[in-house]
Amino acid sequence: MSDLALLVEDLWVEYPARRGVVKAVRGVTFEVHRGETLALIGESGSGKTTLGLALVRLLPKAARIKRGRIMYYRNGTSQDILALNAEELRRFRWQECAMVFQGAQNALNPVLRIEAQFLDTARAHGLSDANAVRERAVELLKMVQLDPQRVLHSFPHELSGGMRQRVLIALGLLLQPQVIILDEPTTALDILTQRSIIEVLRRLRAQLDFSLIFISHDLSLAAELADRVATVYAGAIVEIGSVYDIFERPRHPYTLALTRSVPTVTGDMHPLASIPGSPPDLIAPPLGCAFHPRCPLATDQCKREEPPLERVGEEQMAACWHWREVNP
Amino acid sequence: MMADPSLCASDASPNGDQPNAAEPSTPIIELDHVSRVFEQRRRRVKAVDDVSLAIQEGEVVCLVGESGCGKTTTGKMIAGLIHPSAGEIRYAGRDIWTMGKAEFQRYRLAVQLIHQDPYASLNPAHTVYGIMSAPLLQHGIAANHRQARERVRDLLSTVDLTPPDDFLDKYPHQLSGGQRQRVSVARALTVSPKVIVADEAVSMVDVSIRVSLLNMLTRLKRDLGVTFVFITHDLAVAKHFAWEGRIAVMYLGRIIEVGRTPQVINHPQHPYTRALLSAIPEADPRITRTKERLQLRSLDIPSLLNIPSGCSFHPRCPWFEEGLCEVSVPPLADIGADMRVACHVVARERAKEAA
Repeated sequence: MSDLALLVEDLWVEYPARRGVVKAVRGVTFEVHRGETLALIGESGSGKTTLGLALVRLLPKAARIKRGRIMYYRNGTSQDILALNAEELRRFRWQECAMVFQGAQNALNPVLRIEAQFLDTARAHGLSDANAVRERAVELLKMVQLDPQRVLHSFPHELSGGMRQRVLIALGLLLQPQVIILDEPTTALDILTQRSIIEVLRRLRAQLDFSLIFISHDLSLAAELADRVATVYAGAIVEIGSVYDIFERPRHPYTLALTRSVPTVTGDMHPLASIPGSPPDLIAPPLGCAFHPRCPLATDQCKREEPPLERVGEEQMAACWHWREVNP
Repeated sequence: MMADPSLCASDASPNGDQPNAAEPSTPIIELDHVSRVFEQRRRRVKAVDDVSLAIQEGEVVCLVGESGCGKTTTGKMIAGLIHPSAGEIRYAGRDIWTMGKAEFQRYRLAVQLIHQDPYASLNPAHTVYGIMSAPLLQHGIAANHRQARERVRDLLSTVDLTPPDDFLDKYPHQLSGGQRQRVSVARALTVSPKVIVADEAVSMVDVSIRVSLLNMLTRLKRDLGVTFVFITHDLAVAKHFAWEGRIAVMYLGRIIEVGRTPQVINHPQHPYTRALLSAIPEADPRITRTKERLQLRSLDIPSLLNIPSGCSFHPRCPWFEEGLCEVSVPPLADIGADMRVACHVVARERAKEAA
């Protein structure tokens, strides 16, 4: 597996809460290859953001990684992320792996001009040649379709939401990380702005060599950008496969229901199928398969035993006892 | 620029918007050259600019547009929560701002607004029963708590919160986002409204819940015959909710295109509507990766403080023609097939075809 960029194995993350322990990530295993784009799709409260934070070890203090392994690979060497010390971790973040957060519009320092934010980031990682950094910043800002001369001298509040999002993407790429994690990169942006972010990401991927993991509730974003898609439900990956498998031949009833519940603009009207019930409680997730209370295929077995993520196609895995009955 | 004057005639007559010109009935809601200006630190923000729209009883009209297009302000004016700076808003033919007190109150009950954020619009200190019984008792719809309780139970069942007894004594924080939004809808229904203005009513909830909310609203519309003004930024949602109704697309305070939903979705005329529809990512990799995109000249959204001259879309419009588009504001002109479009280029091409 020489082209592996990231490997997550049996990862469990918990938070203590007043009512009990929130099992936000429950036994997640997946891999990301070099140059690949993986979408983690899930609804609010599915644990997808916690999963993203765990990948760069930015979890809130209260959270606990109960079990699991996160490995990064680069140039034939590997790093166990959960074993890094503070200094190694500081270097790892941004140089190896950058994360652009949800609501990124607020992630920039409001009292610094954009240029200073680029220089600060570089300095914090030991790059002192301001001219070289400036040059790289100009190059990156052009790649994200911004006018560097205008943007570098602006304060964050002088830029629109879409511009700030693009600045953050450029900033994330400053130290040439191998993996970029984007949490809800287009949420809360207007349609035309969303489109420009999508095009920017597409262009960057063609020009630069990095793997992209994005976390979103928006299926259409996955359809646009992802090579592979993982569906997250109740803290676990319930299906993973190529974007075409997931959208055209889903084998998990939840993935199927999700893809059927999104209205499309193109074409005539199709009735939309709704998913009955409500999202699961991560403090006391249902026994057996967490989706069984909402699943049309649920049997007694589903109520008792949690199905493992098993191979259901060449590149596709699903966690369902009845996957053969989904899209037969 | 000298388009056939008859093409523009409908802009002068507020009734030109009627879906069926042969239908003589008075629209239930009518916006007649309505504008709204907000003063902000001595700067004037024109949130809504000269909007005319007539809505028939039982109709569904979606107001669609990006943030800052004026759709929410328009919705609030329809619900009588904001006074227009100019123009008239009529309910069943009567100017709402010249109504007497009793009549105005009847109108306020008849037109109910459902807010975007059910976390903010429900009083956290009251139970579901408290929230819903208040309007019933206040307006004498229920004579006492026993009657109110019965009515609240019925309404909770109507919005699929069943069994209703499970919800009566819950506080908003004990409900999910989808359930809260159902309570908001049920509360609006307490006063048997004729018109519901739903402002991004399904935007804050998850995908799996959104469809059941939309289906529930569709059922209400059919069963109760309520007129809907549905405000959304999501054209796919607009399409599904208003397939049998109309869509009005707004840009920087103006309606730039209005027509039957299938027409607007499948045959958009205004370059802005076209750009929006082509930009939307679709939840189907084959469709979305091969969809034709209309490129804009600029990604920058103009500020409401400094709205471009002439057609306000001209700095971004791929069809921009110098000497035409930045010079005069295109009227919202009838182009046939129940469509009205505010674009100089479209109007000229139509005029050519007609000649």
